[in-house]
Amino acid sequence: MTSRAGRREVAVVAFAQTEHVRAADNLSEVEMLMPVLREVLDSTGLAAGQIDFTCSGSCDYLAGRAFSFTMALDGVGAWPPISESHVEMDGAWALHEAWVKILTGEAETALVYSYGESSAGDLPEVLTRQLDPYYLGPLWPDSVSLAALQARALLDAGETDERELAGIAARSRKAAEDNPHAQLSGSPGVDTLLESDYLARPLRPHDVPPVTDGAAAVVLAAGDTARRLTRRPAWISGMDHRIEAHSPGVRDLTDSPSTRLAAERAGLFDAGSPPPEVAELHAPFTAQEVVLRKALRLDRSTAVNPSGGPLAANPVMAAGLVRIGEAAARVSRGEARRAVAHATSGPCLQQNLVAVLESDGAGAEGERP
Amino acid sequence: MNAAPSHKVLSAPLVVEFPFTRSLGPVQSAFLTGLRERTVLGVKASDGRTLVPPTEYDPVTAEELRDLVEVGRTGTVTTWSWNDRPRRGQPLRHPFAWVLVRLDGADTALLHALDAPEGPQAVNTGMRVRIRWAEHRSGAITDIACFEPDDSVPSTHRAQPHPGEFADPVTGIVAEARLDYTYTPGRAQTRYLDALTTRRTLGERCPRCHKVYVPPRGACPTCGVPTGEQVEVGPRGTVTTFCVVNIKAKGLDIEVPYVYAHIALDGAGLALHGRIAGIPYDQVRMGLRVEPVWTEGGRYPDHYRPTGEPDADYETYKELL
Amino acid sequence: MSTPTSLGGSGKEPVGVVGIGQTKHVSARRDVSMAGLVREAAVRALADAELGWADIDAVVIGKAPDFFEGVMMPELYLADALGAVGKPMLRVHTAGSVGGSTALVAANLVAARVHRTVLTLAFEKQSESNAMWGLSLPVPFQQPLLAGAGGFFAPHVRAYMHRTSAPDHIGALVAYKDRRNALKNPYAHLHEEDITLEKVRSSPMLWDPIRYSETCPSSDGACAMVLTDRAGAAHAPRPAAWVHGGAMRSEPTLFAGKDAVSPRAGRDCAADVYRQAGIGEPRREIDAVEMYVPFSWYEPMWLENLGFAKEGEGWKMTESGATELDGELPVNPSGGVLSTNPIGASGMLRFAEAALQVRGAAGAHQVPGARRALGHAYGGGSQFFAMWLVADEPPTG
Repeated sequence: MTSRAGRREVAVVAFAQTEHVRAADNLSEVEMLMPVLREVLDSTGLAAGQIDFTCSGSCDYLAGRAFSFTMALDGVGAWPPISESHVEMDGAWALHEAWVKILTGEAETALVYSYGESSAGDLPEVLTRQLDPYYLGPLWPDSVSLAALQARALLDAGETDERELAGIAARSRKAAEDNPHAQLSGSPGVDTLLESDYLARPLRPHDVPPVTDGAAAVVLAAGDTARRLTRRPAWISGMDHRIEAHSPGVRDLTDSPSTRLAAERAGLFDAGSPPPEVAELHAPFTAQEVVLRKALRLDRSTAVNPSGGPLAANPVMAAGLVRIGEAAARVSRGEARRAVAHATSGPCLQQNLVAVLESDGAGAEGERP
Repeated sequence: MNAAPSHKVLSAPLVVEFPFTRSLGPVQSAFLTGLRERTVLGVKASDGRTLVPPTEYDPVTAEELRDLVEVGRTGTVTTWSWNDRPRRGQPLRHPFAWVLVRLDGADTALLHALDAPEGPQAVNTGMRVRIRWAEHRSGAITDIACFEPDDSVPSTHRAQPHPGEFADPVTGIVAEARLDYTYTPGRAQTRYLDALTTRRTLGERCPRCHKVYVPPRGACPTCGVPTGEQVEVGPRGTVTTFCVVNIKAKGLDIEVPYVYAHIALDGAGLALHGRIAGIPYDQVRMGLRVEPVWTEGGRYPDHYRPTGEPDADYETYKELL
Repeated sequence: MSTPTSLGGSGKEPVGVVGIGQTKHVSARRDVSMAGLVREAAVRALADAELGWADIDAVVIGKAPDFFEGVMMPELYLADALGAVGKPMLRVHTAGSVGGSTALVAANLVAARVHRTVLTLAFEKQSESNAMWGLSLPVPFQQPLLAGAGGFFAPHVRAYMHRTSAPDHIGALVAYKDRRNALKNPYAHLHEEDITLEKVRSSPMLWDPIRYSETCPSSDGACAMVLTDRAGAAHAPRPAAWVHGGAMRSEPTLFAGKDAVSPRAGRDCAADVYRQAGIGEPRREIDAVEMYVPFSWYEPMWLENLGFAKEGEGWKMTESGATELDGELPVNPSGGVLSTNPIGASGMLRFAEAALQVRGAAGAHQVPGARRALGHAYGGGSQFFAMWLVADEPPTG
């Protein structure tokens, strides 16, 4: 069982991301990543050598090259040698590994980064390679088509309608107008969106995320170190992730029990806790936001994806880490006292991570300082 | 892959392609062999449900599943999407619907294509469909060519126990996989490659530690800062260490034996890798002084050959292995 | 690096290895799917711990590049087979060191009291493709000079020989020893019953100075461990191996001043582990070592790098017979990577074999009375290191 009692305090103390673009085609991965690493370190005043643990997330299949993360390490300045690890997952899971490392007491600070240049390949086709290679992979079902199956299931179940989905798209991309890092921003109204042709019925172009190249980095720190490094740490009050069965055919695509369970374990629903003011959800497709809102029990009091979310920029492998960074940034800027961040992996929301971020004194029993 | 002018960043196609050989294990073997014989098998889960396609392990309890049953060849669409632009490798070449189909007698759904010539208007959740078998079947999920509309009523077909045994069972599949990428080496390597077109080797100096990186990769890996100041190095250098390659690698057009060496070009902060020729392979040694040999149209020196200078003293290159 | 305000030994939950399982390693397991392969190791680890799937709180899995099997993030598909549904599942990839790193990531989940009992597993099913292909995908604009890992590491071996004046025959001694040790390990891939030193020494020279018999095979295989906390270990049916120290260190692939023969990341990683475990004299205090030796010469190289021999004297230690199964410091009693190499699992096999030694459960390749053992893994361009030190008693404090 997981217990949250008596854990060390760990906070996000810095976050940086690239200006996300369709194709960072004149930059290698390390060239794209390096400015983000420098920015996040400079903002804390820490040199790479002062970081106790470094963890990154990326995927060889995006770029089509084995061991691509070894070259990205060049951007860190890993000399003298550093305590370092890598997950073949979105950076949100790298952040989880780093969080655990700090909880053990072996580290006070951690650098987390992730990146992806999806433009190198045909992303919907590349993602077919993450399906079971016996029954699904040989059919090459692209990621957009699979998301469309999920959207159809929601429409059939009466959980949403195409107007609501267009509304999610319009709201996200309008919100992105305030986000200088967003790739897409601004949107016509819902009626106009609904006039467009289908891309993969029932999904229209606005329901689908852009293909994005981008990178993100976060610095975590424990307790007083966090307070020293930033005025307003965004405390990770809980974090958990869960996975579901792989095959979309054995799951109820209108629900996300793994998100719900992760949220519960992360303390999102703790008695007496106020609802989050902000939710940054890794829902690359509009219909997935509907599933996640339900699983996370979000009502109108929570602003969903004020950054624009993955519909405005979807750097695969970094998009989940960006959600945590964006949620933490709201807390750090004093715009939210409690925020929830979510990351996903796999077809049709197979695997989900939930992190709850809070300002000082935002907890269930807490008082404002 | 011609050299581009210096203001343009290089890129080139990168094809990642391999015929993967996948062994199946008993359950998947029975299912795919069954498809070859136009028989659809499922497996009984711990909770009594019938899973089609059959999984080897229970998606809820993780128990090993082995009790096979036969289900119907007709079923009901549980959800669908329309695919206007079929991609390489997908089941049909013309527009089709992706469907999850619960076959009669099954409790879970199988993903496949639905051929619906009348278009998306003719597709709906709950519609009845039947398997269209591929003409040539080998024991693969593609032995189901696709589904097609069916006018049967939802049947109360009950899954029947099946031994899962067939003559000449399929135990493996060959899964061809090709992905096409565009590779861009980035700005620093483009600068390096551009200079090579004029047979000059340009390293880049780290502004912090002042080491010269050849080839430059965009960052000084020990300082984590961009390199930018270009420094011409070589053309001569020193063999710092090497091996003699005696096995011919597939797709590599180099006769064996040959010498693969680490070569520290004069002025460089570390060694690059190259081939040594113009000297019997068994006379190559650490400390040998070499220079590049270019061939017409080559992006890189074809190889390096001895200069005839005296060998370098170990102390001068021991940090450059 | 700043000095962490450590919670101290008492702050971290002690981590015990209570279940260990591995497959029989072979060049091609054609009778099982990928899921079937990992499952076999996991089931054996659970059986060793006398636990069921429901007793596992989280799964941490590792493997080397996804191109080896041609499945991107295969853990998504393996979730069902590993009983991970409804649980956290994390996928680690740190090149060749990944099996070790994966175990350390799993151990930290217990040490931090995030989870109580964790299943960790690493695998490679190399027969699905071809390791040579997976390791040497062509990259445009780069000059193709080599294929596979042997040619990459051979110049470093030559540099070691030059630096230490080691005689030519040391590599063969290591290969001969490890292949004989493998005969005592029923799970090992290579069982060369008729191995002789002369056969090793006369095998073809592939990448001079590395001979064919001094290289590792290409294997299908998996390794799994169940890690648990103090309370979990108290209920375990068999003695636990206790983690006394664990660390990872990384340095860049290529850089000015890199010592590829004895990388600083490896030295630093070992020093950190010894510090955590209170080891002052590794050669005297450690009873057995499972080190990652994919090419035979890496045994003397790592003996120096890990502090078991003085600089330049690792080969003398090997030559003296000290690293034989009945020697003063047995190295790779299991037969090591030279006898079994499912790449992603190779590091975890080192960690697991070290744990088997201190549990007294290594069977015919048991080092009598082993109480402290080191598991070691490395990867990339001799740049990623992962190590743990396990002992038969829980850490004090």
